[in-house]
Amino acid sequence: MEVIITEQILTTDGIPLKESLKKAERNNKIRAFFLVFPLLIFIIITFVVPIGDMMLRSVDDSQINTVYEKTFEEYKKWDKSKDELPPESVYKALFLEIAYGDKLQLGRALTRMNYSKSGWKSLIKKTQRGIKKIVKSGEEPLSYKQTLIDINENWADPTFWYAMGQMINKQTSIYYWNAIDRTFDQDQNVVMQNEDRRVYVSTWIKTFKVSIYVTFFCLLLGFPVAHLLASLPLRYSNILMIFVLLPFWTSLLVRTTAWIVMLQQNGVINDVLVWLGILSDDGRIQMVYNQTGTIIAMTQILLPFMILPLYSVMKVIPKSHMRAAQNLGAKPTIAFIRVYLPQTIPGMSAGGLLVFVLAIGYFITPELVGGKDGQLIGHWIAYHLKTTLNWGLCSALGAILLGIMLILYWLYNKIVGIDNIKLG
Amino acid sequence: MALPSYSTPSQRIFYYLYLFFCGTVLFFLVAPLVAIIPISFSQSPFMIFTDGMVAWPPDPEAWSFRWYRYMVGICEDENLTTPCSNKWMVGTVNSFFIGFISTFIATALGTLAALGLSRPHMPYKGLIMSILISPMIVPLIITAAGMFFFYAKVNLVYTFTGVILAHVALSTPFVVITVTATLVGFDNNMVRASQSLGARPLRTFFKVVMPLILPGVISGALFAFITSFDEVVIVMFMASLDQLTIPKQMWAGIRQEISPVILCMATCLVILSIFLLTTVELLRRRSEKLRGITPR
Repeated sequence: MEVIITEQILTTDGIPLKESLKKAERNNKIRAFFLVFPLLIFIIITFVVPIGDMMLRSVDDSQINTVYEKTFEEYKKWDKSKDELPPESVYKALFLEIAYGDKLQLGRALTRMNYSKSGWKSLIKKTQRGIKKIVKSGEEPLSYKQTLIDINENWADPTFWYAMGQMINKQTSIYYWNAIDRTFDQDQNVVMQNEDRRVYVSTWIKTFKVSIYVTFFCLLLGFPVAHLLASLPLRYSNILMIFVLLPFWTSLLVRTTAWIVMLQQNGVINDVLVWLGILSDDGRIQMVYNQTGTIIAMTQILLPFMILPLYSVMKVIPKSHMRAAQNLGAKPTIAFIRVYLPQTIPGMSAGGLLVFVLAIGYFITPELVGGKDGQLIGHWIAYHLKTTLNWGLCSALGAILLGIMLILYWLYNKIVGIDNIKLG
Repeated sequence: MALPSYSTPSQRIFYYLYLFFCGTVLFFLVAPLVAIIPISFSQSPFMIFTDGMVAWPPDPEAWSFRWYRYMVGICEDENLTTPCSNKWMVGTVNSFFIGFISTFIATALGTLAALGLSRPHMPYKGLIMSILISPMIVPLIITAAGMFFFYAKVNLVYTFTGVILAHVALSTPFVVITVTATLVGFDNNMVRASQSLGARPLRTFFKVVMPLILPGVISGALFAFITSFDEVVIVMFMASLDQLTIPKQMWAGIRQEISPVILCMATCLVILSIFLLTTVELLRRRSEKLRGITPR
């Protein structure tokens, strides 16, 4: 006899089972989320927000807009096709804002003005002094335009006024253009920087070049080692694994120092080469403080990041595949290329991407062993952060680098999955 | 992998070449680290093998503990070009101080988060995981720049607090990854069993879950510690001039006064890393045994 259930199933509390289950699920979700919550909020505050703040800073131009608020407002009304120079109202606003503005803020804005055209700094400083005298004397100028031009004739130079046009918006793309050696001309067109200021494009290219070299050498050196580790019995491979893991665990600065000791002109490698008679004593090679040194040191430092993913992929390739291929008549080389190699591609791409991504963001090693021509883009980020204080350009360089990294990691995620990262 | 008995001579030659190549690469990996150890016992003020050191029979005059004494702040030579100071010891104390505090916070936060992430009910798992891992992925120089700008706004630059917060952020991904890996294959029935026997959640955690994941937590903590201990970029930008740490002092040493003192400290760090490596390796095996995974 069939029993037809017409009423809902209830729990002992009288709540329908379905709802009760939903509630329990939701509680579970909330509980799981609460465990993650402290760290998530911590990372967001201490890490994600600062990075986001840096992104905003790379387009931010609000500081100068607060200082010269009135001037810029009047400036926007100036019809460039009709008058060669801006109208009196612009000069007046400028005069008043320099005369009564906050000194500290005016000083900060100077640096920004100089990025658009060199000469601004001295012009504003001279003007500041001139205006001070006039304000002290208590006379109100009849024509602000004439007064400013009397103080410095550059105020009659339209190029300065055109350059001001770059700054009148609260957002600017100038830092991004600067980061690839471009700048604005007086009509707001993007043009190349002066010959002597072009450094970034070549550094970007060098960064990619060095990273590609390092990735290639890591693959070349890492593949056979990973293969050996994967094919040896466990008790031998565990011992050899120490050789891979020891550098991995050793301080980066120790490894960098060690390479300076090895590669310098009186270093160990030169000593050995001289002792072997390959080099004469005064023919010692300079292998450090140049690009060669950077590539050698970075290859050794990043090699474990290539070997470990390759090893974990090779470990699970059944050995019978190669034997089967040879049984079917393939020569060892053919069997290797057609059967073994394709199966290691996930490992090669994972290791390759990891090494490449780490290499393009490298800072410490190139900075210490790179000398003049071994510097990568990280050098310029640090330089603008600490030395020139051009934080806009620093942020823009960082943002571009981060963008490249994100694209590469997106690829990495597609190929291997971000949560498959393993350590040791 | 040994050669089968039927291999041809050319295969044999290739095989030995392959072994030789692998040996060279492994040598390339470790040789620099080994080479600095003897030089740290040098008598000369340069980071080189002096003639006396490589002479046969060895010349005892060429070797000394001079630079180790210098490192711990015992000054006996008057005619040194670089002033002798206790900077290295100050750096050591600071490094351990920053390292311990940030490891403690990172391990606590990271373990909790890993427990949450391993639950089957976790919503938005992929997104949250990628946010939590991101400090490990973003290049240090970008992190340092971003944090410097932001921490300057809230007056945290040039303080230990700022450095520690930054180090915690950098090292939590390692804790999250290692503990999550330990939790793979964790038998949730044990938690249920414990609860059905009347244990409250906290007691269950400390008596049942914690002992099982402890190896992973300790490895994660060691990873976190070495991350903080080895970190120099953040310290360089965010710490004030007199807030020295070992890596910062080494950086300054390489930049300014190239002397074997750096190598003495480097030797100590290599020994520390051997110790850490061994501990992590033993813990990994123990964890696999505990979880019933036979070693591969």
